[in-house]
Amino acid sequence: MIPELGHYALVLALALGLMQAVAPMIGAYTRDAALMRLANSTALMQFFFVAFSFAALTVSYVTSDFSVANVFENSHSMMPLIYKMSSVWGNHEGSMLLWVLILSLFGAMVAAFGANLPATLKAHVLAVQSWIACAFYLFILLTSNPFLRMAEAPLEGRDLNPILQDPGLAIHPPLLYIGYVGFSIAFSFAIAALIDGRIDAAWARWVRPWTLAAWIFLTLGIAMGSYWAYYTLGWGGFWFWDPVENASLMPWLAGTALLHSAVVMEKRNALKVWTILLAILTFSLSLIGTFLVRSGVLTSVHSFASDPTRGVFILIILVFFIGGSLSLFAWRAPLLKQGGLFAPISRESALVFNNLFLTTACLTVFVGTLYPLALEAFTGAKISVGAPFFNLTFGPLFVALMFVMPFGPLLAWKRGDALGVAQRLMAAFGVGLAAIAATFAVQGGQAILAPFGVGLAFFVMAGSLVDLAERTALFRGPLATSRMRAAGLPRSVWGTAVAHFGLAVTLLGIIGAASWGTERILSLKPTQTVSLSGYELTFDGLVQQSGPNYQAQVAKFTVRSGGVPVAVMEPAKRNFSSRSMTTNEAALLTRGAGQLYLSLGDAEPDGSLAIRLYYKPLVMLIWLGAVVMMLGGGLSLSDRRLRVGAPKPAKKPATKPTLQPAE
Amino acid sequence: MTRKQRRLILIGSSLGVLAIAAALILNAMNDSIVFFNSPTDIAEKHIAPGTRIRVGGLVKPGSVQRGENLNIRFEVTDGKTDVPVRFQGIVPDLFREGQGVVTEGKLEAGAIVADMVLAKHDERYMPREVVDALKKSGRWEEEAGQTSGGTPR
Repeated sequence: MIPELGHYALVLALALGLMQAVAPMIGAYTRDAALMRLANSTALMQFFFVAFSFAALTVSYVTSDFSVANVFENSHSMMPLIYKMSSVWGNHEGSMLLWVLILSLFGAMVAAFGANLPATLKAHVLAVQSWIACAFYLFILLTSNPFLRMAEAPLEGRDLNPILQDPGLAIHPPLLYIGYVGFSIAFSFAIAALIDGRIDAAWARWVRPWTLAAWIFLTLGIAMGSYWAYYTLGWGGFWFWDPVENASLMPWLAGTALLHSAVVMEKRNALKVWTILLAILTFSLSLIGTFLVRSGVLTSVHSFASDPTRGVFILIILVFFIGGSLSLFAWRAPLLKQGGLFAPISRESALVFNNLFLTTACLTVFVGTLYPLALEAFTGAKISVGAPFFNLTFGPLFVALMFVMPFGPLLAWKRGDALGVAQRLMAAFGVGLAAIAATFAVQGGQAILAPFGVGLAFFVMAGSLVDLAERTALFRGPLATSRMRAAGLPRSVWGTAVAHFGLAVTLLGIIGAASWGTERILSLKPTQTVSLSGYELTFDGLVQQSGPNYQAQVAKFTVRSGGVPVAVMEPAKRNFSSRSMTTNEAALLTRGAGQLYLSLGDAEPDGSLAIRLYYKPLVMLIWLGAVVMMLGGGLSLSDRRLRVGAPKPAKKPATKPTLQPAE
Repeated sequence: MTRKQRRLILIGSSLGVLAIAAALILNAMNDSIVFFNSPTDIAEKHIAPGTRIRVGGLVKPGSVQRGENLNIRFEVTDGKTDVPVRFQGIVPDLFREGQGVVTEGKLEAGAIVADMVLAKHDERYMPREVVDALKKSGRWEEEAGQTSGGTPR
């Protein structure tokens, strides 16, 4: 009964969605306030019904109701509860249900918290949001129904893919989807603005918090996915430039550009048309990502099952929304009035530069991801585009972007003084050069590019500190004044500095792990010892353990540093008989920001065991940096000026100058 | 400066960046793209020795030989042609005889000296490249390939 109710709730959500897709637009056209207000209740009810539907599927999983085909295919009665719950989205149908759950949640949030939006704008936004929702409700109901029953209920399920039986599954997809789907709000606002034919700085102020929230979740989701791949795949790699990873990176790059261009629009009323276009592109890239991952065009852990009708359906959704929105853009964008002027050297220009490089970097990822698909479709030749391609294209663009990054926040709006900013950044240059010299001194000439990367990272970190120091007049007056100015700084200024700092921290981690990592791949007999980067690992032996739904072979290694035991590492192999599949559980030992990484290969007939041992210096900084970026985003999000309806911040002129870089 | 001049600067620099990106992409395309081949392709096409290629197919049953220092030799087959592969290191967990595999490495005297061996992520699926290679050689059975989950019986 419960699955049928879930199914029915989804159909009801579709019916409400169709209503919401049409009624508010008619209301906005005829200035009928009642029709426009209708969207508020339908948006909330849609969320209620989708949540109900999602809960129904979750109940089916938790109670191991194998009469539901989806549960039978992807669950097992012996699985721990957390995996039963997370396997709801560990399959195609359920993950699409999660997608629409988040979509309807965002719609409901606009309805609930958008009280101070102009009525027609809100009506249009909710209508557009509902078009997207309806497309995906139809997709689920017509091609990917998770509630289908089996004629006869089997006694046991076929188990979840063991690679997915990991806490990562509980966290990574929801975070990523909140990010992907969150950009739908920016999209809906952009379409609504185009329909209205009117856009102003207030629009950017409404869009920015939504984009920022989506960006924060996407950042965390990507970082989480990267860490999951790192510890679960057993190669110690943290980014593979896999098409599926690229599918999440592209919306992130476009979304980051959108965040920055929305600032220009909010503050200076410029770049309107471009911001609208970016909002459309960012969500389009999210849709393309969904298409790539869900259509079966690509083969990876993420493509659960390929069914051509699904691919075609998503392709239709894609063509409709991307094609439709871009046509609307071409038609209506010329109506939008151009905004403020700015000189080639100014804060605006720096942000334009940021946008130019981020979107170009996004383009290179797009080409690298889709070119092989296009080539195969047209010529039949199969190629693989891997890390070397992206290192050669994406790498240089990002280096240029990061080099200019510290200049941006220090430049004045409208007309900046490049020389003055360079002078103020002298200290940061010094820190960067010192870092280059120090790195060369420590490592010698082994990895030529690494010291320059370290220098760049330190330059950016120091640059964001200089920005804060300049604004608070640190070291130039009494400390008390600085403290007061620091308290008066808008949170978004702190957010900028922290997020930029975080990106540099990530860069440092990437350089450390990629340039100075060491590895040993060998086979060991019990009691033998292997040493790597100052650590000695002794193989103590293999033990068998049994888990809830698997048998594990656990190898015990004692780790010594300078003869002193520091830890025991226990990498394992888990054998899941339900799918006759083995997973590799690497053992990680965090030492400072570096990690020892040990994963098992096959046991050989003579009793020896193949192992992969890596030492990855600074590797934790990659994810720590992402967390710092997220904190920066959070600080910006908490800026009171972004809380629409909050009193205007400039109640006394004293806080005004802090918006400008301190002279 | 007039609005027009500023716009020109903006458009000019955008085009500049795009041109740089295009140059980077074309350059990288030349150097770092790897073509996928089936074993039969290797036999039929004349691929220069030392070229980096990807080969996909099934691990030929009975061909796996493990040697000292984690050296492993096996043959990849599409049912028509076999290609010997040498690899040093640890092969993936799902590497088994008779199962789909994709290897990447340099072609040397008709054999692949691989530095990468990929197997499938899941016992239900076959790398698509392998499926296509098998289809081309006529060894693909539609039935066996369509056990993808999600459909009610």
